[in-house]
Amino acid sequence: MTPQNILAEAARISGVFRDAGAVPVEAAILQPAYVLLDLYGEDIRGRAFVTDDPVQGEMMLRPDFTVPVVQMHMRDHAEPARYTYAGPVFRQQVEAPHRVREYLQVGYEVFDQDRATADAEVFATIQAALGGAALKPTTGDIGLLKAAILGLKTSEARKAALTRHIWRPNRFKALLERFGGKTPVPAKRAALLASHDPFADQGPAVGLRSRAEVQARIDALRADAATAPLSSEEIALIEALLGLRETLPHILSALRDLAVDLPAIAGAVDHFGARIDALSGQGIDVDALQFEGNYGRTSLEYYDGFVFGFHGARDARPVATGGRYDALTAVLGEGRAVPAVGGVIRPDLLLEVV
Amino acid sequence: MLKLGVPSKGRLMDKTFKWFGDRGVTLRKSGEDREYAGVVEGVDGVELVLLSAGEIPRELAAGNIHVGVTGSDLVREKLASWDSQVVEITKMGFGGADLIIAVPDGWVDVDTLDDLDAACAAFRSHHGMRLRIATKYHRLVREFLQEHGVADYRLVDSQGATEGVVKNETAEAIADITSTGETLRANGLKILDDGLIHASQATLFRGRRSAWTEEQRGALKALLTALGE
Repeated sequence: MTPQNILAEAARISGVFRDAGAVPVEAAILQPAYVLLDLYGEDIRGRAFVTDDPVQGEMMLRPDFTVPVVQMHMRDHAEPARYTYAGPVFRQQVEAPHRVREYLQVGYEVFDQDRATADAEVFATIQAALGGAALKPTTGDIGLLKAAILGLKTSEARKAALTRHIWRPNRFKALLERFGGKTPVPAKRAALLASHDPFADQGPAVGLRSRAEVQARIDALRADAATAPLSSEEIALIEALLGLRETLPHILSALRDLAVDLPAIAGAVDHFGARIDALSGQGIDVDALQFEGNYGRTSLEYYDGFVFGFHGARDARPVATGGRYDALTAVLGEGRAVPAVGGVIRPDLLLEVV
Repeated sequence: MLKLGVPSKGRLMDKTFKWFGDRGVTLRKSGEDREYAGVVEGVDGVELVLLSAGEIPRELAAGNIHVGVTGSDLVREKLASWDSQVVEITKMGFGGADLIIAVPDGWVDVDTLDDLDAACAAFRSHHGMRLRIATKYHRLVREFLQEHGVADYRLVDSQGATEGVVKNETAEAIADITSTGETLRANGLKILDDGLIHASQATLFRGRRSAWTEEQRGALKALLTALGE
């Protein structure tokens, strides 16, 4: 496999995406670091290459195209819109030093109000571009988990905390246990909550986080302590949702069962069903399409709905990945939000499995 | 020759010299005190290289020195996947210091990483920026906070007098090295209950990368035998 082969393969994939109606777009390799840092936090420093411009400050070698493409669309474009791009992206490989740091990505992104149809279109277009490669697709749906959290019989603060940590599975699990009353209250916390004057031993407040902010958190902790624990039934429902691992039609009936006890997910389940129909309409064999309740929770991208990946071997890096990122458009759109879904193929990995 | 890298000044150098001396290997600076050349007695084929403790990890990884003494914190901070680049031969029992996360005493609501994460979330929505943690140990702190699922913070670089940043309002919390905690207390800071990132001490390391000659291998063996390792 030579660089020429990979470029030729990228050109072939680009052709498929253009034929599907996508407009080719470009993005700068050097991106201002603050946008990505603001979106992803410090963790991105462990994944992307950061460099310094003496005048403009920190810059980042683009770790993917999604952010610049969304920015471009949100600035001056109308829906529906389809874009494609092809070019190198850059990732550190601290955990796996043998992996390449610079590789091509060819992407297909759709900005369209009709979510189910757009989800299916992106999945089908990516699958078509992969040709007959021996790859196993897996799908997931972060939207189901979000809906389930919002439907819990608990405080808004707890729902917000769980939603915030959807993409950090360990902390999410710890939060569920704590909200379920399974984690003992530390002695210091109990003393703080019982104290009439928590600041009795304190001198004047130091630093930017004011005493009022500390007091606000104490009030929130007291309110939380007075909140009834999440029922073990509700926790079991969330765990059941995350534990789902089956083909789509089986998942749909399992979700309908879950929705009886967790009516808040009914809308998300209907949407899930509409997506299956749309996938079917695109000629996808949905009876064989795998779903995992946990899929997409550890990726860099903040996917918040449909997610998918095409893998060669199990546990191997996916050759293609994608998903819905409506929330990202809201963050980058300065008040405007647009339903958006997309996927990328790595031509180098695709050539390895063909 | 087998190149042995040792910190070039201060208590770390003195204690390293004593540690080797106690084991029958004499290390000393040659000639003038300002010179960074040294002498090894008690084992053949070993050359002493005096370096800043902060440079020893990099020089070990690059193969410019073969064995070296430095803080285990520095190796973990400066070398990505440190154990693929160097091997720990032995902990030396001195130079102990803990890399910890500390917050202002007045944060009576924050005792754990869990609390810090919650404070970060509230701080971001209140101030429109991420809560700043000052440190010079960027890799160690970032990996630690990532592993423990703390979000919405930002690391700001502080190469010295880190305890003062909160007062100066250039950061809200710190991650720094402390041995007794006294400076922290004097600056109105407290250590999080689960905020120990790494318990560091002076450690003898061997590099993995360089192509060693038979002579160098022999010298290492002789050195380790002399040290009782």
